[in-house]
Amino acid sequence: MFREIWYTFLEFLRTFGALQLFFLQLLRSIPIVFVRRFRLIVHQVYNAGALSLVIVMTCGLFVGGVLGLQGHSNLARFNAEDSVGTFAAFSLLKELGPVVTALLFAGRAGTSLASEIGLMRATDQLSAMEMMATNPVRRVLVPRFLGGVIAMPMLAAVFSCVGLFGAHLVGVNLLGVDAGAFWQQIQATIGPEDVWEGIIKSFVFGIVASLLAVWEGYNAIPTAAGVGRATTRTVVITAICVLILDFMITAVAINFGD
Amino acid sequence: MQQTRSVELGTGLFVLLGIGALFFLTTQTTGGDPLGGNETYTVSARFDNVGSLKNRAPVAMSGVTIGRVREVRFDGERLNAVVVFEIDSQYDKIPEDSDASILTAGLLGSQYIGLQPGGSDIYLEDGSEVMFTQSAVVLENLISKYLFSSGGSDADDE
Repeated sequence: MFREIWYTFLEFLRTFGALQLFFLQLLRSIPIVFVRRFRLIVHQVYNAGALSLVIVMTCGLFVGGVLGLQGHSNLARFNAEDSVGTFAAFSLLKELGPVVTALLFAGRAGTSLASEIGLMRATDQLSAMEMMATNPVRRVLVPRFLGGVIAMPMLAAVFSCVGLFGAHLVGVNLLGVDAGAFWQQIQATIGPEDVWEGIIKSFVFGIVASLLAVWEGYNAIPTAAGVGRATTRTVVITAICVLILDFMITAVAINFGD
Repeated sequence: MQQTRSVELGTGLFVLLGIGALFFLTTQTTGGDPLGGNETYTVSARFDNVGSLKNRAPVAMSGVTIGRVREVRFDGERLNAVVVFEIDSQYDKIPEDSDASILTAGLLGSQYIGLQPGGSDIYLEDGSEVMFTQSAVVLENLISKYLFSSGGSDADDE
């Protein structure tokens, strides 16, 4: 019993260490890939970013709309309906934008990365590349990783913008908050550091989500079931990591802010 | 080849959209500084009580923001609070005997410094100190003052 726990723990440590080494390996290849295979990165930004736009914008619109509704009905008790813009902007910029985008990104782009790479492994395409003296890390993994890292902050920014638009739609057009008060309150309370917090968060989440997707795909057991398992694990582990990291970054940011 | 072109086009559009969104967030949601990089000069003032005045709180004259609070600290020797604030250099004709008070925006809003012009011919400049100040109104003090004064008038009536 204890022995099993001990071995599970050791196995966890080993995987964790291997993940770090894998990350370093990716980082080392980034400059070369940037110079020699720039077009591959462009394609992956398209795959991870442009193709996720529809889901991110739709979700952003409705999340913003819900913030508008909830904020309005709760703030109305204090006669502070005008602050609904501030409420929505704070939630979107600092928390919901980066976090929800990262979760959607894991579901939309992360799974497709993991299953694509996993299938390449299952069908021995990665070994074939090695035979042709093509480094699969540089040809396959790094462009996909970089594509995700570049796309994530932009997706989060788009999410926040569309969310604000949704909150505006519900708050101003539907519930009759004054448009001037809505924006004036946002501008009066939100500072550059709040926007930066969101950008830093989305950047970190982009690294985590892309790294985990590429890692799970690359280490998938080369069977149909193995690829499916890798896809599932990508979403689950990314969600856990993103939420834990979100808590940690917020804690640090709040301590720095005061 | 056609497909490559459309992918690259899509990527370009996506990146433009992303940068546009970032630009929108940084410029439209943050109030930014109305001072925005203008030259400023630094003035200080002493208050018995600053209430909940924070860094970056606005300094306003006739309701228009002309500066920002840079530092709020406690002077351990003279036992009062020192507030250091910056004022936009284009407003360099503020009389030296102006009066600084800590006011509240709205009933529960954040606090700011309001300047009332004095009549002196000497103007505030970098490093000078505002002599006439009025502390923040603390709600509890106000309430207790009201309670005690009404209690006192009752006693007078008898």
